[in-house]
Amino acid sequence: MHSGQSEFRTALLDPAQPVPNGLTIGQGKPITKRFAVYRNNVTVALVDALKASFPVLRKLLGDKNFDQLAPTFARAHPPSTPLMMHYGAEMPAFLAAFQPLQHIGYLADVARLEVAMRASYHAADTTPLPADAFGAVQPEALLAATLTFAPTMHLIRSDWPLYDIWRFNMEESAPKPRAEAQSVLITRPEFDPIPHPLDPAETAWISAILNGDAIEAAQDAAVARAPDFDLSPLLTLLVQQGALTHLNTPKD
Amino acid sequence: MLDATRHPPRLPAAPGVGYKSQHFSALRADPGPVKWLEVHAENYMGDGGRPHAQLRALRDDFAISVHGVGLSIGGEGALDADHLARLKTLVDWLQPASFSEHLAWSTHGAEFLDDLLPLPYTNATLTRVAEHIDQVQNTLGRQMLLENPSSYLAFAESTWSETDFLSELVRRTGCGLLLDVNNVFISATNLGYTATGYLDAYPTDAVGEIHVGGHDEDQDDDGALLLIDSHGRAVADPVWTLLDYALHLTGPTPLLVEWDNDVPDWPSLRDEAGRAEQALAALADR
Repeated sequence: MHSGQSEFRTALLDPAQPVPNGLTIGQGKPITKRFAVYRNNVTVALVDALKASFPVLRKLLGDKNFDQLAPTFARAHPPSTPLMMHYGAEMPAFLAAFQPLQHIGYLADVARLEVAMRASYHAADTTPLPADAFGAVQPEALLAATLTFAPTMHLIRSDWPLYDIWRFNMEESAPKPRAEAQSVLITRPEFDPIPHPLDPAETAWISAILNGDAIEAAQDAAVARAPDFDLSPLLTLLVQQGALTHLNTPKD
Repeated sequence: MLDATRHPPRLPAAPGVGYKSQHFSALRADPGPVKWLEVHAENYMGDGGRPHAQLRALRDDFAISVHGVGLSIGGEGALDADHLARLKTLVDWLQPASFSEHLAWSTHGAEFLDDLLPLPYTNATLTRVAEHIDQVQNTLGRQMLLENPSSYLAFAESTWSETDFLSELVRRTGCGLLLDVNNVFISATNLGYTATGYLDAYPTDAVGEIHVGGHDEDQDDDGALLLIDSHGRAVADPVWTLLDYALHLTGPTPLLVEWDNDVPDWPSLRDEAGRAEQALAALADR
């Protein structure tokens, strides 16, 4: 009897399914444990990939809970490409809809942060905007200019103290998370992505720039959140971290 | 059919290891007998960052073999055009000495199952795999090597032996072969044939590279020994013995030690490469 790859695949990911027809190691010999090698290989490979990809999530849930969650996720969302470096992009949405964990509201945001850290790690190398680029432009032109971020830069908006939660789980003797909303900016100065906390005004400024707004409009959006908003520290951080690639003045 | 003579394998007939990024500095400081490195294609299909930077640095000192684990050459459907394009991008910029993939399938529809899954050896499979190999070789503009699988079971419908199946693929496509001696040892044990008999029937003229690696021991439903292709420990002694037998058939060949799980520190892997060097040296002394 022909055993197609469709039937094989169904039995691989669902241990409740029977072993496919047509597999043998000789007349009448049982092959359940032999087929189980493939079942185990697939599950272990996917679970190991998720463990490596979501270290903070695993710490927050505990090994035992994570090891139960990961195969459930893997069965619902097997990889859609052989690029395992990006596996787990559906984890935030999966967690947001996963009833047993809905009392932990920040889990989906943590998963989004971890997906973005990996995306940053593998993003293209670009030439950073030089620090003197801003000084070479007239103030009026600067206000009308837009900025292009490096592909390594990510913004994860959150209503939770997302940066503090990340740090508390990744660094020894990090302080306990504060009760405040923090978005996270990810930069990659060379090869290692670095998360930075952003307050609501900084988040509004970066969101506006990401949206293609001019610097003046971004400034307005930030000041609307915090009247005393000062762009200098944020701009210094972005330039020092190589998070910007182009300053686009109107004459360009 | 590709003219294989235009693209002879250029890996040295010397020891190589499966590259692990944690070994980057130690390997460069003290490569020991290691002359070439094999990298898994999919790990370098991001857009940049450290993985690409490491490869650019390593290719100055080592010949590089790109080993795909995700092309699903045995898949029932068409090859994933996006993935083949990513592979071409990698091969075009890296210009590796060799490209190899597996006689297996791993993609079904829009799902990648992240394992090397088995194939029935039928005329239909042969036709399909040969077409896929042609497509890969034409896209990359070079010969590829095809690796024999580790098997835990067989298909009742198979009408070809694995060795005849591989010989026919070589004849039809002009591809070369990657002979995984550990896989031969595992499959022979699990399916109940002799490993040396397999090698006697294997088309050794087509071999461009040999793999050895570690395996685990388990038991099947009847309590019979079941070997698992884990790549998580040192190469077993009987596999080194089988390697000697294989090398007598192939002659000097690029020889890779694979250690992909529970990866040891660099000196331990370097020592395994030393054993591979001894096996090649023993062949030269004969």
